[in-house]
Amino acid sequence: MLEALLEPLQYGFMQRSLIVAILIGLICAVVGTYLMVQRLALLGDAISHSVLPGLAVAFLLGANIFVGAFIAGVLSTMAIAVIRTRSPIKEDAAMGIVFSACFALGITLITLIQHDNKIDLNHFLFGNILGVSPAQLWQTAAISGLVICVVVLLYKELLFYTFDPLGAQAAGLPTNLLNFGLMLLIALTIVASMTSVGVILVLSLLITPGATAYLLVTRLHQVMILGSAIGIVSSINGMYLSYFFNLPSGPAIVLVASTLFVLALLFSPNHGILTQPQTHLGEPMAWRELKALLRRR
Amino acid sequence: MNVGTFPHNLDISSLSQWNGVQKAQFRRQAEVIADTITISHLSAHYRSTLALEDLSFVVQPGRLVGIFGPNGAGKSTLLKAMLGLIPNVTGSVLYGDRPLSQQLERVAYVPQRTQIDWSYPATVWDVVLMGRVQKTAWFSRFSAASRRIAAAALDRVGMSQYRDRPIGQLSGGQQQRVFLARALAQEADVFCFDEPFVGIDQKTQDIIFGIFHELTDSGKVVLVVNHDLGESIAHFDDLLLLNRQLVAYGARVQVLTQENLHRAYGGSVIAA
Repeated sequence: MLEALLEPLQYGFMQRSLIVAILIGLICAVVGTYLMVQRLALLGDAISHSVLPGLAVAFLLGANIFVGAFIAGVLSTMAIAVIRTRSPIKEDAAMGIVFSACFALGITLITLIQHDNKIDLNHFLFGNILGVSPAQLWQTAAISGLVICVVVLLYKELLFYTFDPLGAQAAGLPTNLLNFGLMLLIALTIVASMTSVGVILVLSLLITPGATAYLLVTRLHQVMILGSAIGIVSSINGMYLSYFFNLPSGPAIVLVASTLFVLALLFSPNHGILTQPQTHLGEPMAWRELKALLRRR
Repeated sequence: MNVGTFPHNLDISSLSQWNGVQKAQFRRQAEVIADTITISHLSAHYRSTLALEDLSFVVQPGRLVGIFGPNGAGKSTLLKAMLGLIPNVTGSVLYGDRPLSQQLERVAYVPQRTQIDWSYPATVWDVVLMGRVQKTAWFSRFSAASRRIAAAALDRVGMSQYRDRPIGQLSGGQQQRVFLARALAQEADVFCFDEPFVGIDQKTQDIIFGIFHELTDSGKVVLVVNHDLGESIAHFDDLLLLNRQLVAYGARVQVLTQENLHRAYGGSVIAA
């Protein structure tokens, strides 16, 4: 059994995949926890879809794809902010507009260039953790180091800001800068993760491990640490599933993370559906309303 | 500047043994303590409507000031505008001789309890320690002194035994007391509370008023937004009646007239 697990690691590409799996499991959970507690899960989705045109343009220009994706992610965040502040359109609608437009542009561009540049649209959409190059490994490591440093160094300020933005602003904290910094961390994390899980499924690694941990522990740093452990376990498991069964790596990782979430949802000591006594047993309200309507006829 | 240890109510004229330089120094520091908040022609726009219209008044330290008015009168907006938390504000708010919004390290602001997501993964202790963030250097951990101050603040609101409790498991009154402890831990000179008495128990209300009076007795500025015109109004020294415009401001007994209440609330209110 152990030999079967160690056997793939004799290959350089598997070693790189393993390290990348650990790194993105870690930083996605940490950064995603901030998204979850601020109820900004949709923003993670928006940024991740928006990096696609940046990737395509970087390929066309021969530039670094991480840089291209990062610039696209930041531009889309700014576009969302402009629509939200300069028009009566609400934030969630603005996100929906920007991310679908960027995604469409990205798919169009990549479809146009993929034949000439020998790239595969599917790898961007769903990830290819087994194809990580040494350069990508180093970039992922650098981004991870930066993200972890910033979160550790600004932990108390970010805790205050994400819990009570107005109170933090009134205490004199530079909340706009903190918010901008948080957005940069999210964009960097998504860029680092897209090669392994793809831009569509990165949201799962951002939200699911943190949400799973949230069902089990009660403080922000505990959610981040346990979430990271869950994220790392999911990525490594997904990577092996991808290797042994020739599955697409992104979906494999996401399915492991989602399974762990369902387990926590059912069996969490404090919030589990099966461990907590039901407060309101009986038929769902909609069903009751439907019966009442039918009876009246 | 540490003004907290300075005696607030010392009579300067009796200090005949002091030389002139010392007296002048003391007077300067005493002025810092006795800073008033001067609001001049404050207006706030929200989208295209005028939420606050040309307010001018002076808040004296050492007096418990209640800001009253009907729903939509701009009470919360007034606090936020004074602290510079919202855009589209004109006019000036001076604390001493400098804008209040440039001295936010001296301000403790407690938002409405309902504006907070209480399912946030944090304990009571985490929230009280937030009051020490501003007093702690960037990239640093909380000092032992900060932890002592936070623990003392939590003790003062009677919540020490709930230190490790997740905030989502607290009652409304307990949540409000945790926020009060956070404000106390900030060791501020100006305290602004937005609707602290909504949905809380009698015990919490008594604790909160007790602490408000302690704060005003030590010369702090305490502003409390409230809309309840019940018995508790007797706790306030000064009242500000607001209905987008300043209806009346001054000592409670002078402000609480039928005519003023009618102008603020319309015909629907019987004087408290």
